Amino acid sequence: MDFDVEIDVKLKEGLLNPEAKTIERGLQLLGYKGIKDFDTKRAFAFKISAKDEHKARTEVDEMCKKILVNPVIQDYEIKIKHEK
Amino acid sequence: MIGVLQFPGSNCDQDIIHVINDVLGENAKLVFFKGSNLSDLDGLVIPGGFSYGDHLRAGAIAAKMPVMEGVKKMAEDGKPILGICNGFQILCESGLLPGALTNNHYLKFRCQWTELSVENDSSAFTSLYSKGDVIRMPIAHGEGRYYCDDKTLEEIKENGQIVFRYLNNPNGARHDVAGLTNKQGNVLGLMPHPERASEKVLGGTDGKKMFESMIRFIQSRT
Repeated sequence: MDFDVEIDVKLKEGLLNPEAKTIERGLQLLGYKGIKDFDTKRAFAFKISAKDEHKARTEVDEMCKKILVNPVIQDYEIKIKHEK
Repeated sequence: MIGVLQFPGSNCDQDIIHVINDVLGENAKLVFFKGSNLSDLDGLVIPGGFSYGDHLRAGAIAAKMPVMEGVKKMAEDGKPILGICNGFQILCESGLLPGALTNNHYLKFRCQWTELSVENDSSAFTSLYSKGDVIRMPIAHGEGRYYCDDKTLEEIKENGQIVFRYLNNPNGARHDVAGLTNKQGNVLGLMPHPERASEKVLGGTDGKKMFESMIRFIQSRT
């Protein structure tokens, strides 16, 4: 079975995200004064073949732990959909 | 023999070989990341550059290559391993050093001379400096902001693992950390470039003692 995988990777809470801060300041300079807590995240998307969703998720989680995510500074979330 | 580990995208490897062989008259050779046996080496330098184009995270892909098993073995055997700039990022990503390196708080690539204080003169790489020395070395990086959690920071402070600190923090590094070692003191990672500060013609020679200390450490082991 083929599954569509999406992984969202975000900096851990409390860690300085200079990119987000700079964009937030830019938006405020454009007059969007109500903006706060601006954040950015990174997304990975790919397809994976596996026997079932559980197997697919286990493998993707292993990839995250092995290389895709640095647990010292990042958190992640995996979304898996069965491809139709 | 000191190996200089070359990944696709490493670009300071020849500078380091030049310093060790031509300036210091010792023996260093290039070691390609594929198909190389590290077991005959006495020490290793992981050079700066942009391994794998800095994609994913700086150093992340190189840190997972099979050759790193050999690097871990060298570290366990007590051999000295020096990671400079991208080499430091690789050592953190591989887990050989605690913490992580991420985007400069300034968001720009910074290329400038920096002043560092020597915080520990008993590691394999700092025995020829004295604690409290202020030395000059250039940095050139976009992802050099050292980060670790509170608990790790306390541990590395307590163990004397923080070896170099910036006097004027150029990247937002936690606790001004510019370079740190593992607990045993035989693996050092630092963002500044000692190989670019090893000859007068380049503007300074403060980095030379790091390679000389490493060589002395190797000689003391044999």
